[in-house]
Amino acid sequence: MIALLIRDLRLAMRAGGGFGLGLAFFLLVAVLVPLGVGPEGRVLAVIAPGILWVGALLACLLSLDRIFALDYEDGSLDLLATAPIPLEGVVAVKSLAHWLVTGLPLTLAAPVLAVLLHLPGAGFGWLVASLLLGTPALSVIGTFGAALTVGVKRGGLLLSLLVLPLYVPTLIFGAEVVKRGAAGMAVEVPLLLLGGITLGAAALLPFASALALRINLR
Amino acid sequence: MSLWEYANPKKFMETAARLLPVLAVLAAGALVTGLVWGFFFTPDDYKQGATVKILFIHVPAAMMAVNAWGMMLVASLIWLIRRHHVSALAAKAAAPIGMTFTLIALITGAFWGQPMWGTWWEWDPRLTSFLILFLFYLGYVALWEAVENPDTAADLTGLLCIVGSVFAGLSRYAVKFWNQGLHQDSTIMKVGEKDPLDVAYYVPLLICIAGFVLLFVALVLLRTVTEIRVRRLAVLQARERLA
Repeated sequence: MIALLIRDLRLAMRAGGGFGLGLAFFLLVAVLVPLGVGPEGRVLAVIAPGILWVGALLACLLSLDRIFALDYEDGSLDLLATAPIPLEGVVAVKSLAHWLVTGLPLTLAAPVLAVLLHLPGAGFGWLVASLLLGTPALSVIGTFGAALTVGVKRGGLLLSLLVLPLYVPTLIFGAEVVKRGAAGMAVEVPLLLLGGITLGAAALLPFASALALRINLR
Repeated sequence: MSLWEYANPKKFMETAARLLPVLAVLAAGALVTGLVWGFFFTPDDYKQGATVKILFIHVPAAMMAVNAWGMMLVASLIWLIRRHHVSALAAKAAAPIGMTFTLIALITGAFWGQPMWGTWWEWDPRLTSFLILFLFYLGYVALWEAVENPDTAADLTGLLCIVGSVFAGLSRYAVKFWNQGLHQDSTIMKVGEKDPLDVAYYVPLLICIAGFVLLFVALVLLRTVTEIRVRRLAVLQARERLA
């Protein structure tokens, strides 16, 4: 399983733009929104938590179709499915690899972009905390979507249509943590609920994703 | 008479052909009775005037929008566990109908909200969760369209329906947490409590709900029959190509 993780990480880095593309997209969102909304700091400070979370979510979405598509095309997914490690484990490792190359860099880059968007100082810590806690859920849920659509040709748009509604609870609680944190209010409740979603998704969804892969490989 | 007899499409087609006209007439009768009674023979509300009568479409449509998803969930489970082919097709048939009911509930809600709340749309928990439900329907229908092998499509959409149900429930509570509501609570079960639905509206509303349920069942049967015919046609064409 560790070998698989290392292989996936290497592939993501060497295939050009595993780290880069998602981050660049995230930066683009953070630049485009002020251009659209106007440069007023007060307005930006209000919408910053939402923009940062939506941006992270969309950046995460960009690289989802890579999770299985290449392995499906060259047949290595069939090998992984018949390998001695359970397919659920393979799926979990794939989610982890996806998180390491998208979710984690996004979390680390978010405070820099938060400066651009005038996020109030109290919110920075909570922004990082909520992304650190929430982005794994995005990767796990996205892996499920990718497993569902792996057999579909040019399934990118379909994948977004399937995955985005599933992202709603994560987005709401994640952005709520930052909003409350920035306003100096108590954040325990949304933070705990966000953690609950991440843990629940990470515990249960790999089984659903593995089932979807088995159906697609039939 | 058991559910498993109808896994045989022939048996299902025979029963559906007998039931459909009866259900269609009953649905039309209940809808005409309920709507005419509701629109023309109930008093205006003292605050809302005649707009209150949107109730007779809005409430049943909203109920069926949620119930249709529930029916799809049950049908998907039956398919995934016991390979009941007609059940999978019934889930497929129900999705666009449920989607339409969701849209009807949203649009009639907008027409009702404009004079009452002074806005076509408000990010109220109920409204928002219906919009999200609409997106779930959209994804479900799109996945059915995208996957070519019918059994694979049935399996994948069934799985999506189950996972989607969990997340739709989560979204419902997340949205409640996210914003306080403008929409009133359901008053239909509040007989005997304070602020109940007026008795004058109660009977026509119940008839309308019955009409919507019958309409839903009739449409699902009709669409399932169509799906079975489409499948048969595809088989016949495939045979012809081989011959």
